[in-house]
Order: sequence, then structure tokens, then C-alpha cells
Amino acid sequence: MIEINISRTLGRFHLNMEVKSDSRRIGILGASGCGKSMTLGCIAGIESPDRGRIVLEGRTLYDRDQKINVKPQKRKIGYLFQNYALFPTMSVRKNIMAGLKCGKAEQEQIADKMITKFQLDGLGDRLPGELSGGQQQRAALARIMAYEPEVILLDEPFSALDEFLKDRLQQELIQMLEDYPGTVILVSHSRDEIYRFSDELIVMDQGKVVCHGNTEETFDCPGWKEAARLTGCKNITEAIREDEHHLQVPGWGIRFTLEQQIDEEIRYVGIRAHDFEPIWLADGEQPEEGWIKVKVDSVAKLPFEHKYFLKELEKQEDVCWFVQRELWEVLEEKGMPGWLKIPEEKLLLLK
Amino acid sequence: MKEIMEILNNLDWSPLFISIKTGIVATIISFFLGIYAARKVIKAKPWVKAVADGILTLPMVLPPTVAGFFLLLLFSRRRPVGIFLYETFDIKVVQTWLGCIIAATVIAFPLMYRNARAAFEQVDVNLIYAGRTLGMSEMAIFWKVVVPTAGPGIISGTILTFARALGEYGATSMLAGNIPKKTATISQRIAMVVQDGDYMTAGVWVIIVMLIAFGVIVLMNLISGRKMKNIKRW
Repeated sequence: MIEINISRTLGRFHLNMEVKSDSRRIGILGASGCGKSMTLGCIAGIESPDRGRIVLEGRTLYDRDQKINVKPQKRKIGYLFQNYALFPTMSVRKNIMAGLKCGKAEQEQIADKMITKFQLDGLGDRLPGELSGGQQQRAALARIMAYEPEVILLDEPFSALDEFLKDRLQQELIQMLEDYPGTVILVSHSRDEIYRFSDELIVMDQGKVVCHGNTEETFDCPGWKEAARLTGCKNITEAIREDEHHLQVPGWGIRFTLEQQIDEEIRYVGIRAHDFEPIWLADGEQPEEGWIKVKVDSVAKLPFEHKYFLKELEKQEDVCWFVQRELWEVLEEKGMPGWLKIPEEKLLLLK
Repeated sequence: MKEIMEILNNLDWSPLFISIKTGIVATIISFFLGIYAARKVIKAKPWVKAVADGILTLPMVLPPTVAGFFLLLLFSRRRPVGIFLYETFDIKVVQTWLGCIIAATVIAFPLMYRNARAAFEQVDVNLIYAGRTLGMSEMAIFWKVVVPTAGPGIISGTILTFARALGEYGATSMLAGNIPKKTATISQRIAMVVQDGDYMTAGVWVIIVMLIAFGVIVLMNLISGRKMKNIKRW
């Protein structure tokens, strides 16, 4: 159980974070500079909030009103830094033993155990500079685990790695953390990483929590415009609610009649770039409601996906449509569709 | 050649030992004080930082005779601090070897301090944070992580400090004077023999000083080069 209610001002940036969670795998998603790393810093105690309190498993780590501010040394929180922050002049083994308080013999024993557990056999006497990125990450994790923290904070752990390594290392990290009984908080700007890793998702934007909930549900139905954008929704535009079942979307020049009820607070609609259905109109056929009339602006051809950047014909609003391989042949045969259909179940209603 | 051999045979070697002893002691004192001061200044608030840095760097930019003048004012046995030291601890500074050390330390200290500070400021702050979250005490983080990581800067600071302390002239001559076998350092001996017109003896001392200075720097480079070659830095 983790309870955070803090605020901190740094220049013109305001962090205002209020979160309560008893999930063991929490992800914080946000663009860079949204305050997610600052939040981790405050939890670990390497930064101090201006106000508020932080309670972890019933232990108060910070409470301004009660004048509690537990030193980072006493918080039992492991922090995996973006650049791993291995001590460059110490061998891997010395790095692992650096923070241990027990006797020398026991320290060696723990180091041996960690070296084996994190597949660093034979690398114990190397310096961090002599390790690959993945090995450095394992060494940093071994160092944290040796200290038996109650919470582990992962600060953009994959941002320093090569693209082709990332995928495997993400899987590795998830496996290595599998038997770890404590809470893990992962901070990232990558929705893939967060989706893969966390059970519970907190979306942050400009120092505030935008939404907070089950990861899969939040991706399926983000609810808020910022959350939709951060979870990767490329097409978001303003909408005008007419009544409980009707919406107008002026930017796309269309109107929707929906079966579901439309909340009064809905101000935007969105659709993910993969979710359009292409429509080729035969002569004489009339377009239906919820179809966008588009023309191609530009195309980006990637190895496994083609990205079409389209414009709505009248209002010139940008629309992105990502097409997977299976559809390429159809497109080649029939040409570009004149219309894109938005199925109701794929339409995101956003506040 | 015969002339040089004769000079070497009759040479009073005491200035060499006085200079080296002074240099080593001043370097050791400056090493710890400089690192300590650098650490304090880095952690200080901006305006404290600016003022403290100014005071600590001043001896380097002032003419050494000016620094010597202030030291003389401070430690003279006709002045409060000098009287206090003499009457309470029986310590004499003016015209003694202790004076040599104090003069050399004051002049050479800023080199150690500035180099240490520059080296510390290059250390990735995440290393310090990592140390804290791993439960290391601030002292352990500083001596086991920060100082070794700042190694090259610290070593070059130490070399420069030693070289400067070895050759100190101005402040030393004001505070410690030029007493043979007591406070007469190589620099002072060279000045003295040149004044007497004895260029041969001066030349011998000049060569000795150059050999020592060059030797120390090469040695330090070798030591640091061997220890540091496997360490990558960012």
C-alpha cells in the first residue's frame, strides 16, 4: 500500500501528486518533464517535496505537518537510475557490497548470490565501464536487490539502451522481478514498456495525475484527452454533444449516433490510428454516418507498417491511419479509400 | 666540469631537504584541507559559495609577498595571535620551519582546492543519490565514491600543489626568512647565491629543482595512468 500526496514547486513547474494504490506493479506514464522522475525522487528521499505526506506500507516516510522526513539511507527503497549510476571506480562485486552493513564474510556471500542470480558470473571483478548496457542494468539491479528494499523504483530503465536490445531486456527485467515480493514502480514515457509491465497505471501530465486505474482498462478506455494522447491515440479532436446519443465532430465533418449514453462532460473524441476501417464507395452508394472523407497528404513506409498522414477534405484536419502488412495488398489493388469508417466500439469518448 | 664537481662536493644540501620536507608537508595539509573546503563550498548556498570561493582562491592571485605580509601581521610575536601561540603553546612561526610550511601551504592550497572542486562538480550527482538509497553514509559516499571518481582531477591538483609548494619563495622569505639549515629553501638559496654573483652554484640548484619537478610529474602521471586506464567516465 502506497499513499502519496505531495506538492513541489521548482521554478515555474508545479508538481501536485495525489495517489493511493495497493498494486504491486505500478506504472507512471508521462511525457518528459511531466514530473514523474521528480515523484520518484520524492519517494526515495533524494528530493524533498514542499508539502504533503508519503506513506509506504504503513511507514510514514515524509510528513511535513508532523515534521517527518526519513533519510534516503533509512527508507529501504531501491532506485534504478536511468544511467544505472554504478560506481565507476568499483568492480561489480564492490558495487554490490557498497551499501551492505553486515560483516565482510556475509557481504561476500550476498555478492556471490546476487552475481549468480543476475547472470553476472565471471563479471564480478570487472569495472562498470567494461560491461555492456544490459550487463550494467543487471549489475545495478543486483546492487539494489542485495540491499533488500521494500520498494523498487525504476526510472526510465530502458531509455539508454539500443532499440534491438530493449525488447529482450524488458522481458528479462520482468522475469527477474517476478519473485520479488515488494512493490515496483516503473516510470516511463514509453507506453509499450508501461503496458507490458504494470498492473496499475497512473498517467501524468504537467505535474498532475490525469488518470489512474487498471492498465488494460485505461488503454482501452482512457477517459481523458491527455490520457488518450499519452497512451498513444493519434487522432483526437473536439466534439460537441447534442444529446444523450448524438455527437457532432466538426473537425472531421461528421456526426455520430451512438447506442451508448454520452456523458455530459465529453468534450473530445479520439480514435487510435490502427482502428479505422477503409471504405471504398461504389458508384451511387451514399456515405454513412461516422465516415470521414479523406485524402492522402503523405505516407511513411516502415518495415512492418505503413503510416498514412491524411487530411479531412473540408476542414483539413490531420488524420493518422496506420496500416499493418495484411492490408497492404488490398490497398494496392483497390487504391486509397476515399472514406475511413470509425466503428462505435473503437471511438473513444474523452473529457 | 671540474668546477661543477667541486661545487657539488662542497654543496650544503640542507636547502634540498628543507624544500622537499616543506613541499610534502604542505601538500598533505593542502590535500585534506582542499578536499574538505571543496566539499563544503559545493554544498553551500550561492552567496556563501561566492564569498568563500573568493577568500579561498585569493592567495593564488595575490602576489606572494602580499600573502606573506598578511601572514607576518598575523603571526608576529608582537601581535595577538603570535603572542597567544607563543605564550600558550610555545609555538614560534616567524623565522622557523613552521613558517615555511604555513607560507607554502597558504600559497599552494588554492590549487588543490580549485582542482578538487572542479573535479567534484563533474561527478554525476546520481552516483551520490544511488549511494544514499543504498544506505551508505555521507562520509562513505564522499570517500569511497566521489573522491575516487574525481581521481584524475584530484591527482593533478596534488601534483600542482606539490610543485607550487616546492618552489614557494615570496611568502616564505617574508614569514620564515632565509636562515641557513633552518628555513633556507632552494628558491631562497638560488636568490641568495645569484645576489653574491655565484652563478655556477645557482645553476646547479636550478638543475636540481628542474629534475625534481619533472620527476614528480612523470611519476604521478605513471601512477594515475595505470590506475585509471580501465575506468570509463561519462
